[in-house]
Amino acid sequence: MEEKISVIDGKQYIVVKIGNEQYGIDIQYVDNIVRMQRITRVPKAQSYFKGVINLRGEIIPVMSIRLKFGLEADEFTNSTRIIIIKLESQSAVGVIVDEVKEVVTLNDSDIEKVTHNSKDEKTSYLSGIGKHGDGLISLLNIAGVIIDKEIN
Amino acid sequence: MDVSQYLEIFIDETREHLQSLNEQLLILEKEPDNADTINEIFRAAHSLKGMAGTMGYKRMQRLTHDMEDVFSEIRNGKMNVTAELVDILFKGLDALESYLANIQEAADEGTDDNEAIIKALNRILEIGLGKGVENKKEDGQVEAMSISALAEATPDKIKKLTVADHERHAITKAKEIGENVYTITVYISENCILKAARAFLVFKALEELGDVIKSSPEVQDIEDERFDFDFSVILLTKEKIDVVKQAILNVSEVKEVFLESMELIDLPNETVSSSNSNNGNTATATEAAQIKEDTAKANRNGNGNTAAKQNSKPVVNRSVRVDIEKLDVLMNLVSELIIAKNGLVSLNGSESAERHESGFNEQIEYLERVTTNLHESVMKVRMVPIESVVNRFPRMIRDLSKKLNKQMELYMTGEDTELDRTVIDEIGDPLMHLLRNSADHGIESAEERKAAGKSEQGSIYLDAYQDGNNVVIEVKDDGAGINVEKVKQSAINKGVITQEQADTMSEKDAIELLFRPSFSTAEVITDVSGRGVGLDVVKNKIEGLGGDIEARTKLGEGSNFIIRLPLTLAIIQALMIELGNEKYAIPLGSIQTIEDVSYSEIKYVQTKEVINLRGSVIPLIRLEKILDVTPREEKPESLTVVIVAKGDRLAGLVVDNLIGQQEIVIKSIGKYINNNKIIGGATILGDGEVALILDVNTLV
Repeated sequence: MEEKISVIDGKQYIVVKIGNEQYGIDIQYVDNIVRMQRITRVPKAQSYFKGVINLRGEIIPVMSIRLKFGLEADEFTNSTRIIIIKLESQSAVGVIVDEVKEVVTLNDSDIEKVTHNSKDEKTSYLSGIGKHGDGLISLLNIAGVIIDKEIN
Repeated sequence: MDVSQYLEIFIDETREHLQSLNEQLLILEKEPDNADTINEIFRAAHSLKGMAGTMGYKRMQRLTHDMEDVFSEIRNGKMNVTAELVDILFKGLDALESYLANIQEAADEGTDDNEAIIKALNRILEIGLGKGVENKKEDGQVEAMSISALAEATPDKIKKLTVADHERHAITKAKEIGENVYTITVYISENCILKAARAFLVFKALEELGDVIKSSPEVQDIEDERFDFDFSVILLTKEKIDVVKQAILNVSEVKEVFLESMELIDLPNETVSSSNSNNGNTATATEAAQIKEDTAKANRNGNGNTAAKQNSKPVVNRSVRVDIEKLDVLMNLVSELIIAKNGLVSLNGSESAERHESGFNEQIEYLERVTTNLHESVMKVRMVPIESVVNRFPRMIRDLSKKLNKQMELYMTGEDTELDRTVIDEIGDPLMHLLRNSADHGIESAEERKAAGKSEQGSIYLDAYQDGNNVVIEVKDDGAGINVEKVKQSAINKGVITQEQADTMSEKDAIELLFRPSFSTAEVITDVSGRGVGLDVVKNKIEGLGGDIEARTKLGEGSNFIIRLPLTLAIIQALMIELGNEKYAIPLGSIQTIEDVSYSEIKYVQTKEVINLRGSVIPLIRLEKILDVTPREEKPESLTVVIVAKGDRLAGLVVDNLIGQQEIVIKSIGKYINNNKIIGGATILGDGEVALILDVNTLV
């Protein structure tokens, strides 16, 4: 995915807030953004999976990025949203974010690559750092976030 | 010609023909003189050849062509069915199947020429008809060449036909038994519209009189109307020339017929000269073959391009053939659905509140009836007879029987039992596995069987039948059975169980051990009378389909594997329960009873809670603990226990509250979420809430 970002000019990212940080999610994987709704807990699931929701008749598992990143648990507010990510057809995943802010277009020159530290799994969650205006946006490598290394 | 639109039909029909060929060959092997079977085989092979030719699959066509030649000789009584022949024919069918698989994947037949099979077929043909070495294919080319050459050179009304060695042989034979040999050229009226049909009638008439051993163009081309207005045949018959002529002229729109008695002198009757003349032509023939090859290649490239576009997935969608009646029923129900909707709409406009209320309820009831029927009908559309999976098994058992050198026979019943399409697609491999097990390890060698006082031929049974909401498939054999002690011993050796456990273990539990993953290792296969080859895989697959498998055995008398599968996967009846404030669904199929159990009835065995229910001891499973549910504050006076069964094993699930029975649609919870298989899926309740479905098989 890193290669893609460096090749294609002007990618669009949805900027979300988790905790104090801003994260960017590549818009091509985003299927939908929905409001927080009732989540049905799934027993024995990975701790960062909050459960499943019913999205217009489809069952979609929902994960908490906060828990996955080792941050404190989510507090659901009026601005909490679930972003439905579709990596491949037929299998969608929702990720909970504190707030959806905007959509930005980042050019190659705005993106700084991050070096991967093989020992720290968390670095593989990021594909780069985007500079937008004054702020910095951590660009999520969404496949790395969703797909559990232990399972695969 | 763009034939891609016919690809789907081609694949379907080819599969059917291959299946029929397989079945008929099996019959033929047992009854070599069954004329009906031979005819059936010939017809199937013939259509197959034609279809492959039309679609431009040259290799496939060539192979079927050669097989058809053999069938044709058998049909004409010139060859006998031998075991060797049947073996080669089966190999041919396998090769055709692999062509088909290739075509399905990539719209291309692949590049395997299966030269070995073709050679073997030709050799059999030669031996069977007793003649010298020749290359059939080249011969075909030679004929084509010389005929066209002659047709141009001689304006003769009777077209000269070159004959191949085996045809020459047939002619000699016919002369010997006093039959007449005629070369016939038929001219069909030029304003005839259906010339292929006329030609067909001529052939039919001729075949009543004798044997047509050759035609030019070939029969297939004639049937496909790939000829001008004339065609020529060689006929072997006892009839006089006039009779034959009259028979042909009886067919309408035949313009002229020319007959000539064919003399042996016309034929180079010495092998030497014939081979010489053949050699002379070989060069041109090879050239012609080369050209053909090239065009074939070009065709293939054309196909290859289209295939490349959709390379990743098979070119053909999976489809279900649906009885038109089922569709009509569906259509009717849908129109009723529309009526019901209109009813609701018109109610909305009515004024009186009271009428509104009662009419509303009426409409809801109507709607419910329609949706229930609709569900049933859609399910029926998805149902496929199990036949489509099991019909390849007789062939497999036959091959195994040869390979293992054991006598065995497969008896099948209930092939018309219907199962959901998804299940049908998945059930083939597990069944095959079980059958192979039975054949390989269950059935003993003829000597052993004799010594044990059984008939030398082993029997394997595959029985399918419907039992309530389940379909049961039994794979049974009358072989050696499973040696339970050996199974235990092996389990102890592997450290799966301890000696004490083994001593107290019931026979049933011991057999269960076979389904453990650790038993699918090679050593065990030899240790334990061979059982246990990947049975865990079989079990996993069947459980994945929502079914279960159970083994029964009697040492020395055989074993029986019983598979239970749900009729349909998508929609099931379930009992909704509450745990804490969460809702779960338990499939009704696995529920035996629901009991109220007071605390005093709970006994402890090895610190585990059990209850004694009408004489049987049932372990209690505290669902709230397993599922980490926050328990309710108030303690009920007694426990509500749902007794579930997995095979013969029972367990009591302790629940907080029963909600009721409901029809639920099973949905997957996706592959990302990991849940130790306790949850079999999820469903959406009437209020939009999600309820999880418990997989009883993993709980018990």
